Amino acid sequence: MARFLQYALAGLSGGSLYALVALGLVLIYRSARVLNFAHADVATFGTFIAFAAVTSGLPLWIGLPLALAVGAAVAMVFYFGAVVPAQRRGATPLGLVILTLGLSLILQGFTVYRWGAEPDRFPFPISDSKVWKVGPLFVSELSAGTLSAAAVASLLLYLLTQKTRLGIAMRATSENLQAAQTLGIPTRAVLAFAWGTAAALAVVAGVFLAPALLLDPFFMLDPMFKGLAAAVLGGLNSLPGAVAGGLILGVAESLFGAYVAMEFKSTLAFVLIVAVLLLRPEGLLGREFQERV
Amino acid sequence: MDLVESYREELRFTRKPIPRALLLALLVALALLPWWAPRAWLARGSLVWLYAIGVIGQNLLIGYAGQISFGQAGFLAVGAYAFGHLRIAGVPFSISLLAAGAAAGAVGWLVGFPSLRLKGPYLAIATLGFGTAVYQTFANVEALSGGRAGLAIPPLQPPGTLPRDVWVYCVYFALFLAFSAVAYNLVSSFVGRAFVAIRDSDIAAEAMGVNLARYKLLAFGVSSFYTGVQGALLAQYLGHLEPQSFNIQETLTFFVAVIVGGLASIEGSVFGAAFAILVPAWLGDFRWAVPVLFGSAILAVLILEPLGLAGVWLKTRLYFRLWPFR
Repeated sequence: MARFLQYALAGLSGGSLYALVALGLVLIYRSARVLNFAHADVATFGTFIAFAAVTSGLPLWIGLPLALAVGAAVAMVFYFGAVVPAQRRGATPLGLVILTLGLSLILQGFTVYRWGAEPDRFPFPISDSKVWKVGPLFVSELSAGTLSAAAVASLLLYLLTQKTRLGIAMRATSENLQAAQTLGIPTRAVLAFAWGTAAALAVVAGVFLAPALLLDPFFMLDPMFKGLAAAVLGGLNSLPGAVAGGLILGVAESLFGAYVAMEFKSTLAFVLIVAVLLLRPEGLLGREFQERV
Repeated sequence: MDLVESYREELRFTRKPIPRALLLALLVALALLPWWAPRAWLARGSLVWLYAIGVIGQNLLIGYAGQISFGQAGFLAVGAYAFGHLRIAGVPFSISLLAAGAAAGAVGWLVGFPSLRLKGPYLAIATLGFGTAVYQTFANVEALSGGRAGLAIPPLQPPGTLPRDVWVYCVYFALFLAFSAVAYNLVSSFVGRAFVAIRDSDIAAEAMGVNLARYKLLAFGVSSFYTGVQGALLAQYLGHLEPQSFNIQETLTFFVAVIVGGLASIEGSVFGAAFAILVPAWLGDFRWAVPVLFGSAILAVLILEPLGLAGVWLKTRLYFRLWPFR
């Protein structure tokens, strides 16, 4: 039983990072109907900014906000510089997805150029070797930090979308773009803000994931696919669904790795995606948009 | 006045004597490349032709039928490994090639089933899942991938005293011509029109009597057949297989080739394949610049010229049609 709980806890802390990635993907999908394939690379880029800040001697409480700001700025520049012009030229949804692939490639190449492809170790103030014993469980400082960071970020996002005027504008824009414009909501600024927020969430996930893994230009790819799986599991347009999907996926993956087959641990996410899409395409908590001819 | 007078004429590849002569000259020059170009171009040329086959297949699926697939590297791996195992068992090249295409085509047909229910981003995610699952299966099951040493494939034996790279180039070029001719005929037949109708509006296409299930599955099957053949040719070209060559990066390169070349255009696919192969070769030591250039090319194409290189080519031709007037 203790072993089961231990693996479930490990899954929960990994799953909370998937949830952060999924939240960002859902935020963008909900408002712009774009699946953002550059999410991983924006997160990697932001994490490397934090890495550069920390290794140059700045404390993490300066480095982290700096990384968040840079990640958000990259996403907003991309929105205004590429998505808006492409939409003006009548880009299809496929075209917009491919546009994000373009950004992903550019960021990836730049990251490799600037920081090299060799893995680095992220100097992080909270470590995963310091362990507390809670009842029968061992809780490392890092996984406690990860869980609380994810909880704080999700809570802030909840307060933002549900309790503020900006959040109401965001929800109105994603519900019906034209109606929102008619009501005088500056939809472009609101959408850019959504892109920026999503990128910042991804950077948080990246910064908390980097100490557990080694930092290299491709380290966020796998978590992003997991986040995508989590988003699909919860429903691509449901923010609570993204959190639920991330946690479920994390726990399921960890238990599958422990009890069934370690080497197919990360394949599980994709089997899960295909199963969910075939049985319930709108996800656990999602609600798909109606379509007209 | 330049008018198309019959359907037969509309289907023709070139309608005027001068373009026809130019096209023929180009094809002859390319076929005789080994006898006039430097040796280094041969390998690059073979790679472009084998890549072009796969890009054409991908374009049939994405550009014509409008179904997004991120599982292309998976089909590539299925084709390559089917070919590799058959070749090692001593099966001749041509039969292994067809079998590799058929294996990938069958898998593609199966993967096509989710496309009957899923659209757009959902289909992209499902196929992405397939591609990654195939990669991880090959990476983890040693009986399939040949373990840590990889799979060594016996080289192609040239007839007579012909050097091997010349023979490989000629075989690949001939295969490329055959596969692009089939693709041209496919897209200008009722099948191609059904693909385009599904892409533009599947509900409307169904109302007009297009059998959605049949044509979506056919699009997946044909496209992955092409990709499987590409995988087989790639396996033969490399002479050595390891799962690392079939990760998601490979699928992204396909996308770059299709988009930069031009969606829904066969000659665009060839331009795209040439772009995706020759640009990294030209950049040489600046490997980090390859993704930057690919990404910038995608952004530039989607923002400035949505038809890609095929669109540039079309505009150039239209310009010279009335040259020097206007």
